[in-house]
Amino acid sequence: MTELGTLDIRNVKKRFKVAGEAFAAIDDLSLTVEPGEFLSLVGPSGCGKSTLLRLVSGLDGDYGGEILLGGKRVSGTSLRRGLIFQEPRLFPWLNVEGNIALALENATLSAEQKRASIAEHVSLVGLRGFEKAYPRQLSGGMAQRAAIARGLVNRPALLLLDEPFGALDALTRTHMQRELEHIWKTEGITMVLVTHDVDEAIYLGDRVVVMAPRPGRISKIVDVGIGRPRDRASPAFTWLKAEVLEALGETHAS
Amino acid sequence: MSRTEKYLGSGVVFPLLLLLAWDLSVRFGLLDARLWASPEAVAATAREQLGDGSLLTALGASLRRDALGLLGGSLIGLILGGALGTVRLIDELLSPLLNGLKHIALFTWIPLMSIWLGNGETAKVTFIALAVFLPVMLNTYEGVRSVDPRFLEVARILKLSRLQTLRKVVLPAAAPSIATGLHLALIYGWLATIGAEYLFAVAPGIGSSIMEGREQFRMDLVLLGMAIIGGVGFLLNTAARRLQAHVLRWQDPN
Repeated sequence: MTELGTLDIRNVKKRFKVAGEAFAAIDDLSLTVEPGEFLSLVGPSGCGKSTLLRLVSGLDGDYGGEILLGGKRVSGTSLRRGLIFQEPRLFPWLNVEGNIALALENATLSAEQKRASIAEHVSLVGLRGFEKAYPRQLSGGMAQRAAIARGLVNRPALLLLDEPFGALDALTRTHMQRELEHIWKTEGITMVLVTHDVDEAIYLGDRVVVMAPRPGRISKIVDVGIGRPRDRASPAFTWLKAEVLEALGETHAS
Repeated sequence: MSRTEKYLGSGVVFPLLLLLAWDLSVRFGLLDARLWASPEAVAATAREQLGDGSLLTALGASLRRDALGLLGGSLIGLILGGALGTVRLIDELLSPLLNGLKHIALFTWIPLMSIWLGNGETAKVTFIALAVFLPVMLNTYEGVRSVDPRFLEVARILKLSRLQTLRKVVLPAAAPSIATGLHLALIYGWLATIGAEYLFAVAPGIGSSIMEGREQFRMDLVLLGMAIIGGVGFLLNTAARRLQAHVLRWQDPN
């Protein structure tokens, strides 16, 4: 299932009606994400980055242009495209195991294979020993790990992350970023991360796409090109941060 | 405060004092023994009726009616409430009518019901089912309709079919509300059972034995019936509360 494909976003336009008036959430946006790449999207609120993610996930449709994964037009949701939300959105009536198992409801695996896959992903996100815990018993970070395991268990070719660590404290967040990087390396999945956090975008991304609002569009693409694991205190990192912040500042000024 | 102290302190002591006051008042002629059978007389009647089996026959008949009405009314309430909550067209077609009907007091149905269904078991069970149906339907409808749309998005991301979404997401999410409806149904059902026995033709039942006591001017029979109705109601309610807490144990305890 982990057969990778290029994500090709071509001239995508998305309009919303707000109070009877149409406004362009995304205007003529084109972007190519290579198989196995980690792409970060940053931008101020209202620049359409979450909208773009929802279009790629197939949750929202009705857009102009084309979104292709491995040459095939995206239509509806698919197990090949996972989506992690800002809130864990675990089902409170299921324990950690049950939540992950629900993702495998339609997988063509035997019961034994499912059990093995669930156990493997529980360990991958570091939740061993918490399989039977209910969401209300988990901390924010642990709940988000469970959500990530649920998003990965179908071995999607593409994992979309919509500010997944936005609600976590700084320490947990740094820790989760390291773990996400580790998962990305071991699983070889293409990842697209939407974030407000410039540090996070540079730490994780092969490229950082800076977006601008009204209408939502790409204002700059920054190649990160620093070896991993990255040192946030290094001069190269600081320099890139300045570059991204400057691009973001321009989008604010305009 | 220890558990025992709490029980003694709040629940049991005061009723026991009342019982004592009642007993003494009858004994010393403060209350007319014809209007107020003594606790002793009630206990004697209880022993006698237990001995000749008439008490259990009456209780069995009442509980059987209650169970049949509950089953029928709840089933119809669940199905209709679920359909109204999930299918927009059914909601638009039926909701105004049902919202109007719920304002017609339950007891006003009795003349029609006795003409249509006679005065026998069918009428009684139908009356109980009608009393039960409304709270089950309304709470099921409310529960199904107010499922967090974010959970439904997760279901789409996980590619759950309509049936899977209904079984694995909508029903568990609506379960607390459905449980509330069923709990109310249990209480209303027992009330309606006694009501039905008062209002339709006499047949064995706890309500009927109270009527019998009134006609024969036997207050011991009336009071015994009341005590049993209260006891059964209390037991049903306690059992329902325990079951509810167990089934919904995933919920936050507060």
